[in-house]
Amino acid sequence: MSTRAPAVQARQLIKTYPGEVTALSGMDLTVEAGTVFGLLGPNGAGKSTTVKILTTLARPDSGTATVAGHDVLRHPDRVRRAIGVVAQKSGADPVATGRENLQLQGRLYGLKGAALRRRVDELLARFHLTDAAGRQVKGYSGGMQRRLDVALGLVHRPEVLFLDEPTTGLDPEARTAMWDEIARLAGDEGLTILLTTHYLEEADRLAGHIAIVDRGRVVVEGTPDALKGELRGDAVHVELRHPVGEAGRTLLTGALTALPGVYEALLDGRRISVRAEDGAAAVPALLAALERAGVAVSAATVARPSLDDVYLRYAGRRYGEAEAAAAVSAGGSDDLALTGGTR
Amino acid sequence: MSINALTQTWYMTQRQLTAVLRQPAYVVMMLIQPAIWLFLFGNLFKEVVELGGFGTTSYLDYLVPGIVVMSALSSNMWAGMGTLEEIERGTLNRFLTTPVGRGALMNANVVQQALTTAVQSLLIILLGKLGGADYPGGAAGLLVLVVAASLLGTVFGAFSNALGMLVRQRESIIGINTFLLLPLTFLSSAFMAPSQMPGWMRTIADYNPLNWAMVAGRSAMSDNPDWSVVLTRSGALLALAVTAVWLSIRTFRAYQRSV
Repeated sequence: MSTRAPAVQARQLIKTYPGEVTALSGMDLTVEAGTVFGLLGPNGAGKSTTVKILTTLARPDSGTATVAGHDVLRHPDRVRRAIGVVAQKSGADPVATGRENLQLQGRLYGLKGAALRRRVDELLARFHLTDAAGRQVKGYSGGMQRRLDVALGLVHRPEVLFLDEPTTGLDPEARTAMWDEIARLAGDEGLTILLTTHYLEEADRLAGHIAIVDRGRVVVEGTPDALKGELRGDAVHVELRHPVGEAGRTLLTGALTALPGVYEALLDGRRISVRAEDGAAAVPALLAALERAGVAVSAATVARPSLDDVYLRYAGRRYGEAEAAAAVSAGGSDDLALTGGTR
Repeated sequence: MSINALTQTWYMTQRQLTAVLRQPAYVVMMLIQPAIWLFLFGNLFKEVVELGGFGTTSYLDYLVPGIVVMSALSSNMWAGMGTLEEIERGTLNRFLTTPVGRGALMNANVVQQALTTAVQSLLIILLGKLGGADYPGGAAGLLVLVVAASLLGTVFGAFSNALGMLVRQRESIIGINTFLLLPLTFLSSAFMAPSQMPGWMRTIADYNPLNWAMVAGRSAMSDNPDWSVVLTRSGALLALAVTAVWLSIRTFRAYQRSV
């Protein structure tokens, strides 16, 4: 099974947008054929730019990439035939009907006649759009539009399917439905899916392999379980009543990591994240140490490590924090500005 | 390859034409506006033919080519808005990740605009006829007018598309269009015979592409066409259209670099 060549391979991709916005700063990526690969990171981390380069929309300043065995720079046409793209923004023609959108998309890949009609009917049925097939897309709900987008990406039975933030902007119900749909796609014979998301839960749930992206490069990758497993022990989160100043910070984390069974302590704002061999056993000692340091605690929780912890560990900041930073620095790059705007 | 490119162009043109037809408000506006111009200006300036130099005794005869060309300008100069919308909606990017040729995408714009302009022009000609206008040049004359108007539409449609892709702001398109529409129209022979214009205005009009289309159309539509005038003006329009389309294809590449 893994004897096939990688479906996607990117080496040292660098891309800077006008106005000095560095979108990619050395992106390396290998996606094995037939897998679901999740590119996880906050808005502005470089996920969309990576997808744009891999789908031949944008050109990197330097670096190389192949998709389905074809070089994206030298043979963009071959790449385009091999891929299906579901971009962040719908892209379906609002005044055309669902069926017309699918028919045109199929024709662009050379499908015609009965084969085209069959394929379109099949996709409409599969994505529960048969009843709405004759209606203009502008009347579709968000979930219906998104399903149509995925159907558009699949018309020509691509080898590699790119799903860029497939559930952003969907209500919880539509999101769950989309997750089920993607999970079913993953079962399709030989289809490779590259999925980008800024939802930790989504990556955890759908992807067999995850790469965490921060500031334009991959900071760590592996299976969700392996990534979580690498964080030995449990996570203990302590909420403080007041933020700790810069000076007290090093002192406090130093005191905490000195405790037996505590591997690591990270403090940001009013929140302390501790990794400990046995979370429950560490809590009394932690609280005592904090009390000695004169720091008031408002809550403490013990949890199995989550992807959020993985992110914190490798990107050096909390997920929400990175998202907020991205929202502030948004602008210049289309990528940043638009994702910032949809939040 | 070229057969394929033609088929693709046709698919994309079909899509655009369907979109135009499904916006009845747009189609109605495209017809009502010229009808209003014909009626208003036709009545307002009715008597000016008596000043002479119009080459006809009915002002409506003189006005129809002016309104046809003016409408070609005003309906095509907004093309960039559509392009901008397609960029914002992600439709353009969707097509760019399929094997469809870049030329087919651009040419579809041109073909759709030219066809729409031709239909609009024919309908204005028909309206004029209903209002009592006379076209002594016959079918050949009308054909020249329609082709000239479509070429002019292509010029401004392509410029507008280029503008939309470069500046990506509705406000800029609106600003430039409102700035251009009236001066371009009034610095031409749309409503007034050149011999009645101040000298400096006539000089400017000579360099105004709108005027080229009107002059070519009017000459071909007269009972005694001056074909050298028709050919030079149409040739200049064609050259300008080719340049504008070439330019818009260049900005298309610039757009892709900025994605």
